[in-house]
Amino acid sequence: MKYVIIGNSAAGIAAIEGIRSTDESGEIVLVSDEPHFTYGRPLISYYLMGATDPEHMRYRPADFYEKNNVRTLFGVRAEKIDAEKKQVVLSDGKTLDYDKLLVATGSRPFVPPMEGLDGVKKKFSFMTFDDALALEKAIGPKTRVLIVGAGLIGLKCCEGIAERVKSVAVVDLANHVLPSILDEYGAQIVQRTLEAKGVKFYLSDSVARFEEKTATLKSGARIDFDVLVVAVGVRPNVELVKNAGGEVRRGIAIDERGETSLKDVYAAGDCTESRDIVTGDHKILALMPNAYLQGHCAGVNMAGGDEVFDKAVAMNAIGFFGTHVLTAGVYTGDSFEEKEGDKYKKLFYKDGYLNGFILVNEPERAGIYTSLIRERTPLSQIDFDLIKNSPALMAFSSKARADKLARRV
Amino acid sequence: MPRAVRKQIITELPNPCLRNSADRGYSIMKRIYVNEKWCLGCHLCEYECAFANSGMTDMVKALKGKTIHPKIRVEDGGDVHFAVNCRHCTEAICVKSCIAGALSKDDDGMVRIDKDKCVGCYTCVLVCPFGAIMPSADGHAAQKCMLCLDNLCGEPNCVKHCPNNAIVYEER
Repeated sequence: MKYVIIGNSAAGIAAIEGIRSTDESGEIVLVSDEPHFTYGRPLISYYLMGATDPEHMRYRPADFYEKNNVRTLFGVRAEKIDAEKKQVVLSDGKTLDYDKLLVATGSRPFVPPMEGLDGVKKKFSFMTFDDALALEKAIGPKTRVLIVGAGLIGLKCCEGIAERVKSVAVVDLANHVLPSILDEYGAQIVQRTLEAKGVKFYLSDSVARFEEKTATLKSGARIDFDVLVVAVGVRPNVELVKNAGGEVRRGIAIDERGETSLKDVYAAGDCTESRDIVTGDHKILALMPNAYLQGHCAGVNMAGGDEVFDKAVAMNAIGFFGTHVLTAGVYTGDSFEEKEGDKYKKLFYKDGYLNGFILVNEPERAGIYTSLIRERTPLSQIDFDLIKNSPALMAFSSKARADKLARRV
Repeated sequence: MPRAVRKQIITELPNPCLRNSADRGYSIMKRIYVNEKWCLGCHLCEYECAFANSGMTDMVKALKGKTIHPKIRVEDGGDVHFAVNCRHCTEAICVKSCIAGALSKDDDGMVRIDKDKCVGCYTCVLVCPFGAIMPSADGHAAQKCMLCLDNLCGEPNCVKHCPNNAIVYEER
């Protein structure tokens, strides 16, 4: 059996582990346009902060490829899939035959057209280790940085560089930071944390035009900067599958076994859609745990096993200078909230199920809540009033507890 | 000690064989298991855990006057008490979810954390269904039970010192 994996991040690595859990001897070829050993992609901001280094950023031990008998082709792009001939065409002109193929191509930064952007010389995205290294070269203690986008990527970049540069300004169209995962109260805690580090926010605003080192906002405000980071969003890399005739909606469509509409072509990670277990909707859930779980499932199935991944939950754990934000699920239904200064909890429940939560600076045992969402545990089976205040296994029946604590899991 | 609890100890002392299970000599797949009906809620396991992981040999010096951050936590509710620590899940979702590759499974099935790799994002805290992995004292990383194989004890100190065999270390 010959496996080809396109993509060297969480989903691709998970697929290798999934394949090897089922097939110890098949040939695996891993293709990546990034010239690096697999690294934890979200760690690039921690790298800039000095909280990790290239050695510790490795997503797997240094002997991973060797131990799993993986042939790596780094610095090469997969340009085309020929699903009829079962071949992948590479940027160096060579082709790779496959019996089973995984597309784990991730996503790329989306840069909207903005007037004058071409005239900005020092502009960066913040998705890859190479992006972080390039940004690092461009900044110093006197640098003024402008970040467009107050989402997860923009703010992690902000945290990464805030103490290494003279100033950071962040602009976003939304009226609060992290609009995809936080409501206003939670967002204000994060904003205060970053403001305490000198970061200046321009919210409900956007850039009207750039000159080389000045941005003029719609509101009329002018921001002088030396370095620009554009972090307004990402687009999934779906083209390989789309051009080969595979079904693509917003992301690559896959079934619960990770297979695309093309036979023997699987996909996983940020380039795909998942079925959100709370809403039943198909959507892109670009998060690392999801990428791993999808990739592992695809890998097992590529190797002839039979696995299903049908428990995708939106979730994020993200921190800024000691302020920890943990969120999961969707924010619909009735809610229960507790607010006290920089601590914030909000639970969302509907029709007898927990649908989602926001926890700011209250991380303890949050996984108990997440598991109620993931497993669709009827709240009638637990003491929900008890668990509202703090997550605890005490809220379960003694039998359910024995299953968790007195038995191998 | 309340009479009911004392009676429980006398009449429901677990099979003495279990007490020696930690000496049976093989470590593969041994885990810590909880018998909640024997837990007195004394929280001694928490102190023994904190001591075992303090790197010190004098318990008083290690713990006196200090806030402890044990990797095992006792839940109390009325008459019910039980300890919770890492279950070393067969399909460990914390390992699968870790963004840094800091969590891994040993060949013998133990879930290990590499604190030098951990960046303290708390994704593991967000996914653990048992609430058994937690922020460490300094807040820069997560911490979890490694069965005292990562400290001087070499076997779970909480189990060793549980006065009522409410936690055991054995194969199941």
